[in-house]
Amino acid sequence: MISLTRRAIQLSLLARALLASLPVNAQAPYITVASTTSTEQSGLFGHLLPAFTTRTGIEVRVVAVGTGQALEIGERGDCDVVFVHDTASELKFVADGFGIDRHQVMYNDFVLVGPKSDPAKVGAGHDIVVAFHKIAEAKAPFVSRGDDSGTDKAEKRLWQEAAVDVKTASGTWYRDTGSGMGPALNTASALDAYVLSDRGTWLSFQNRRGLEIMVEGDRRLFNQYGVMLINPAKHLSIKQELGRQFIDWLVSSEGQQTIASYTINGQQLFFPNASPGS
Amino acid sequence: MSDILNAISVAFSLILNLDADLFHIVRLSLRISLTAVAVATIFSLPVGAALAVYRFPGRGVVLVIFNALMGLPPVVVGLVVYLLLSRSGPLGMLGLLFTPGAMVIAQAILVAPIVTVLVQRAVSGPWATYGDALLVDGTSRLRAIPELLAMSGAGLLTALLAGFGRAIAEVGAILIVGGNIAGVTRTMTTAIALETSKGNLPLALGLGMILIALSIGISAAAFILASRRVQP
Repeated sequence: MISLTRRAIQLSLLARALLASLPVNAQAPYITVASTTSTEQSGLFGHLLPAFTTRTGIEVRVVAVGTGQALEIGERGDCDVVFVHDTASELKFVADGFGIDRHQVMYNDFVLVGPKSDPAKVGAGHDIVVAFHKIAEAKAPFVSRGDDSGTDKAEKRLWQEAAVDVKTASGTWYRDTGSGMGPALNTASALDAYVLSDRGTWLSFQNRRGLEIMVEGDRRLFNQYGVMLINPAKHLSIKQELGRQFIDWLVSSEGQQTIASYTINGQQLFFPNASPGS
Repeated sequence: MSDILNAISVAFSLILNLDADLFHIVRLSLRISLTAVAVATIFSLPVGAALAVYRFPGRGVVLVIFNALMGLPPVVVGLVVYLLLSRSGPLGMLGLLFTPGAMVIAQAILVAPIVTVLVQRAVSGPWATYGDALLVDGTSRLRAIPELLAMSGAGLLTALLAGFGRAIAEVGAILIVGGNIAGVTRTMTTAIALETSKGNLPLALGLGMILIALSIGISAAAFILASRRVQP
């Protein structure tokens, strides 16, 4: 029995040594940021974060998920900073005491993307609610994120404004895919469907096939991004000093200029508009 | 068809240009999955062998459970490990979430039932053939296990390779517990998922081809090593 225990101890020591042998880059100070697929997959972070790391020596580890999941990760204390785009849920997050020091950082806009054939005849319009009405009337296929992300929440609000009940249409012309922006665009391009996308992901998306922008420029398509620190009073593990440096840099003139200088094919993707938020 | 040709050319240009990011994620994938198999084997080798050698009440139930666990859904394992390792979870103080260590734990859980069951099957053969002889010689069942394991070399190799195959191909669990952080927890499979999301299908498929080639290489290397050991 004693020898078995000893062997178990030896094995657990071996397992620990194996785990420790993995690279974790423990030497560099880092923060974990929960953010959205739009900031990561549009390539903004690839442009922005190296500039911050060069300036401060702080590595930024990004977990890119939907806004809803990013806030959930923050609520559990599994990241230091959240950088998302749904003002209503961000303000609630702060009001509930999970986030502090919220700042708005930048904005871009949503675009309605659809097939060139435009079966619902919404092309070149500037009123997104009218376009949503026409899609519902024509029962033209529409792909929804359905993942509680910032884009998903914005889309649901627009359907509400158009007085269309998408719950009952779900499974017919309205396809709730429960996926990220890229996968939703892939689905739309395969189905020749309409889809609401943030402009950044759309511009960097490479599998467009027959899709193009149908409606843009409506004030209701405005998409604000905000950043905040996870409340260190809720979780001891939060790296508040490092996290604050990141937030301060994002809203500093250097950070704001770096955001403005990110372009794809000469098009600016995000427009800095930092100011104290809440 | 042009998509696939495109992917092949992407795969070759990545390899020929010695793409630094590619090598990093390949190395990380291998380290995580090989470590997971090693950790799982520490558990599975003795347990699998014991299940082959010992007879006890409930043994059948244990075998059924291990067989069923071979089909554990990775996304569920990922979620459970996530909740355990989360700062708000019972093991939060370890700070392992979104690190390679978390990915090793998730993959080890997925791999362990497969290796256990295959080790049990591999050892059952020699046990049926030589078990009585060994016991007559006065060897205890515990002492017989190392000898039986030595006799089931090829079967053990299959068990380890099946476990490795499960680990290296898996994406559902490591995406949740690793977070697919560039340069830290991005592996072959999570990079493929990401490139697919970006609509960069040729790059995604090219990475997929490299991953498959890698698996074939590992399997071939293992078989060559094993056959050398058999015929010294």
